[in-house]
Amino acid sequence: MMSEPFISIQGLNKTFWGAKRSVVAPVEVLRDIDLSIPQGDIFGIMGFSGAGKSTLLRCLNRLEEPESGSVRIGEHDVCSLSHEQLLVFRRKIGMIFQQFNLLEARTVVGNVSFPLEVAGQRSAERRARVDEILELVGLTDRRDFYPGQLSGGQKQRVGIARALANEPIVLLSDEATSALDPQIALNVLDLLININQRLGLTIVLVTHQIEVIKYACRNVAVLENGRIVERGSVREVLTNPTSETMKVFMQVNSEMTSGGWKEGAGI
Amino acid sequence: MSELTEVIRRTFSLETWEVILPAIGDTLYMTSLSTLLMAVLGLILGTALFVTRPDGLRPVRVFYALFGAVINALRSLPSMVIIILTLPLAKLIIGRSIGPGAVIIALALTCIPMFARMVEGSFLEVPRGKLEAAKSIGARNWELVLKVALPEALPGLIRNFTIAVIAVISVTALAGFFGGGGLGDVAVRFGYNRFLTHMMVAAVLALIVIVELVQLGGDAWAKHIVRKRHL
Ligand SMILES: Nc1ncnc2c1ncn2[C@@H]1O[C@H](COP(=O)(O)OP(=O)(O)OP(=O)(O)O)[C@@H](O)[C@H]1O
Ligand SMILES: [Mg+2]
Repeated sequence: MMSEPFISIQGLNKTFWGAKRSVVAPVEVLRDIDLSIPQGDIFGIMGFSGAGKSTLLRCLNRLEEPESGSVRIGEHDVCSLSHEQLLVFRRKIGMIFQQFNLLEARTVVGNVSFPLEVAGQRSAERRARVDEILELVGLTDRRDFYPGQLSGGQKQRVGIARALANEPIVLLSDEATSALDPQIALNVLDLLININQRLGLTIVLVTHQIEVIKYACRNVAVLENGRIVERGSVREVLTNPTSETMKVFMQVNSEMTSGGWKEGAGI
Repeated sequence: MSELTEVIRRTFSLETWEVILPAIGDTLYMTSLSTLLMAVLGLILGTALFVTRPDGLRPVRVFYALFGAVINALRSLPSMVIIILTLPLAKLIIGRSIGPGAVIIALALTCIPMFARMVEGSFLEVPRGKLEAAKSIGARNWELVLKVALPEALPGLIRNFTIAVIAVISVTALAGFFGGGGLGDVAVRFGYNRFLTHMMVAAVLALIVIVELVQLGGDAWAKHIVRKRHL
C-alpha cells in the first residue's frame, strides 16, 4: 500500500498575466500539475529552460501564488494559509538558489543567523544553533568571512546552512549546483545527500543536468511546457524514457560522453 | 602693485575672513540641519516609493503614481522658485522669513524629492534574488527593507547621499540671495553688489573646500564599507 505522500500537489495551474492592460498575451506556465512526493525523498524536477521548473518550485513556498489547485506539505494546506501563517510556514521550508543570494553585508555567521532572527530566537540560542549548522556544512573555519571572500562552493554551503537553520521539513533547491565547477558541484550534492540521510529531510531538486538526477535523486518528474510529461523512479525513467524532453536529454548526454569531434562530426 | 596681487592679498586678509568665517558657520548650520531633514524624510519617502512600486513588496498603485507625480513636479521646479514659494511657509512655521533658520525648510524641500528618488534607485539595485531568499525564510516586509535592502544598498546609498549633500550646499549658496545668510549671501552682498572681488573669491574658495571635504568623506565612507565586505 502506498503511504500518504508528504508533498501533494493537485491540479496546480499558474498563468502570468503580464502587466494590467498590456497587449502581451498571458503565459500559461503550469498546467494541471499533479505530483506526490514521499517523505525523505530526494525528488528531481527536470525540463528544458522555460519549462516552468522554477515556477513550480516557487509555488511550494508561495513565492509564486498558484492560480488554482492545491499544495499540501505535511499537515499544511499551503494555498489556504493567511499571510501571517505563510510567514511562519516559510521558516519550515528551506530554499537554495543558483546564485546563492547571500547577504553581502553580513558574515557567514550573520547570514546563517538571519533566519533565526526572523524566527525571533534570542542571541544565545542563535549562537548555539549557528555553531551546530556551520559544523554540519563544514564551514566553522570561515565563520567570520564575508561572502565576498568565499568561493562558489563555500557560498552554496552557507546558502544550505541558512536554509537549514530553522530545521525545515523540506528543502527546495533551484539549480543549486549549476553555477559550480563539476567537482565542487559533486561536493555540494554529497552534502545534500548526507543531510537527507542524517536528518531525513525531504529535498525537491530542480535541475537541467541529467547527471545530477542520476547521482542524487530517487524519483523524478519531467516538465515540458508547463505539463508533467513523465514521472517515476530515476532508474525507470532513465532506462526507458518516454517523453521527448527526456529522450533529448539522454541523447545529448550520451553524445557528450562518447565524444563528438573524435568520431568525425563535420566541423 | 598690480590689481591681481592686491585681490589675492585682500582675499587672504584678516578682515575678509572676519566676514567669511561666520558665513561658513551659517552655511554649515543650514547645510547640516537641511541635510538631517533630507536624510530622514528622504529615506522614509524613498522607502515608501520602493515598497509601493507596482513590482514592489506591497504595491499601492494609486499612492505610487500620485506620490511619484508630486515628487517629479517638485523636482522640475527650479530651486529658486521653491525657495520663493516656501519663504512665506517658513514665516508661518518659525515666525520669520529671513535668516538661516527660514531657508532650511526651502532647502530640505528642494532636495528631499531628489534624495527620495535616489533611495528608491539604490534599493532597486539590490538583486531581486536576495530579497526572494529573505522572503523564502519568512522575513516580513520591514525586515526585507531594514535588514536586506538597506544594508545591501548601503555603499550606493552613501554615494548618492554625498551627491545630495553637495546639492544642499549649492542650494544653500543660492538661498543667500533670499536673506538666508551664509557664503552665498556674502558672495552676493559684497562680491556682486559692492564689487568686492576678494570677498567673492574667498567665499567661493570656502565653498569649494567644503564641497571637496564632503565628497572625500563620502567616498572614503563608501569605500570603507566596500573594502570591509570584500566586494
Ligand atoms: N514573472 C513572470 N512574468 C511573466 N512570465 C514569467 C515570469 N516568470 C517566469 N515567466 C515565464 O514562465 C516560463 C517558465 O519560467 P521558469 O522560470 O519557471 O522556467 P524554468 O524551467 O525554471 O527555466 P530555467 O531552466 O531557464 O530556469 C518562462 O516562459 C518564463 O518566461
Ligand atoms: Mg529556473
